[in-house]
Amino acid sequence: MSVTFEPIVGRYMHLELFGRPHRIYVEQAGEGAPLLCLHTAGSDGRQYRALMNDARITAQHRVIAFDMPWHGKSSPPAGWHDEEYQLTSARYTTMVLEIAAALELDKPILIGCSIGGRIALHLALEHPERFRAIIGLQAGAHVDPYYDLNFLHRPDVHGGEVAGAIVSGLVGPDAPDKERWETLWHYMQGGPGVFKGDLYFYKLDGDIRGRVAQIDTERCPLFLLSGEYDYSCTPEETLAVANSIRGCEVTIMKGLGHFPMSENPELFLTHLLPVLDKIGRG
Amino acid sequence: MIETLQARVNNDAGLVRRGRYLTTSFLLEVGQSAYLISIYQGRIVSVTPGPFVMPSSAFALRAPEEEWSKFWSHRPPPGSNDLLALIKRRVLRAEGDLWVFMSHLRYFKEALAKLRAEGAAA
Repeated sequence: MSVTFEPIVGRYMHLELFGRPHRIYVEQAGEGAPLLCLHTAGSDGRQYRALMNDARITAQHRVIAFDMPWHGKSSPPAGWHDEEYQLTSARYTTMVLEIAAALELDKPILIGCSIGGRIALHLALEHPERFRAIIGLQAGAHVDPYYDLNFLHRPDVHGGEVAGAIVSGLVGPDAPDKERWETLWHYMQGGPGVFKGDLYFYKLDGDIRGRVAQIDTERCPLFLLSGEYDYSCTPEETLAVANSIRGCEVTIMKGLGHFPMSENPELFLTHLLPVLDKIGRG
Repeated sequence: MIETLQARVNNDAGLVRRGRYLTTSFLLEVGQSAYLISIYQGRIVSVTPGPFVMPSSAFALRAPEEEWSKFWSHRPPPGSNDLLALIKRRVLRAEGDLWVFMSHLRYFKEALAKLRAEGAAA
């Protein structure tokens, strides 16, 4: 029987975050300029599988994705069983900077989607010197809750089923079924309360509307790419952010939704490759 | 057209199987037209058009006719492609005991998408 292996290699990293030991799963592929990838709320680093498997990217980039604590193959910290998980702007910022430092990444390019796109805006504002360029996917400054978040974490509603069903409409109409359902499967696999805990950052704590215009793209180039069919972070919301930041480059991606790198990698790469090329030449 | 929901849902074995723990009635309002839809173990047993005097249902989904028309079009435009997209734009009101709706959200999304023009994606 003939089998094939992907070029992705995964390892578990032990490091201290927020004063507690953590076990973090990190995947990478390729060589060259580091490209650090941040997944969406309630999902994990598998969303970047296509980037790590595409030689057009890995020939010149070391693509790295970690599963946030509580997500994917990363563990929650010891003692989690008696806590409520809640992601905050401060912790998310610390996590990204600490993990980038632990991996000895020298000014990586940062790419983050949804909550990852939001923290990308925070990092562009507060730590531009740490990154060569920042790419925000589905990045808006704020999203108002549009359903009762308590349904995401209660014993009489299956957390995986409801998480997958809530985000299913955020996938664009042209996504191949295989990638659409792979994307939703990641949501269905999330631990109890984790998606909800991430949305605390996305819908409450991480509001950056009042400060986003202060981002200085001279210190770190900023690219925003958003899918046309995303009703969580709409194209209008991304355009509003882009128009308030001098030098920010923005692309609205036709036919794509909230998970461009995972739901429809072929189409997404037609938008991402020119951005990476421009960063490489910059 | 709404009446075709019964056959369209019941002919999808996977959808019926996913709804096997779902027995409920809900009210679907398309503009001024109301329909009481009864489900037994994932199968739609009746779609009763109104008007009603005192309809009993677990919850109701209410939206203007033009919004449902877009939702049921062959390729719905952004903002009209999903029940939650309509809710976010405040044009679909979900009211009542929403535990039933949310605990079977995939079922209700896929069932109502069955009314899309033939050949449309769910």
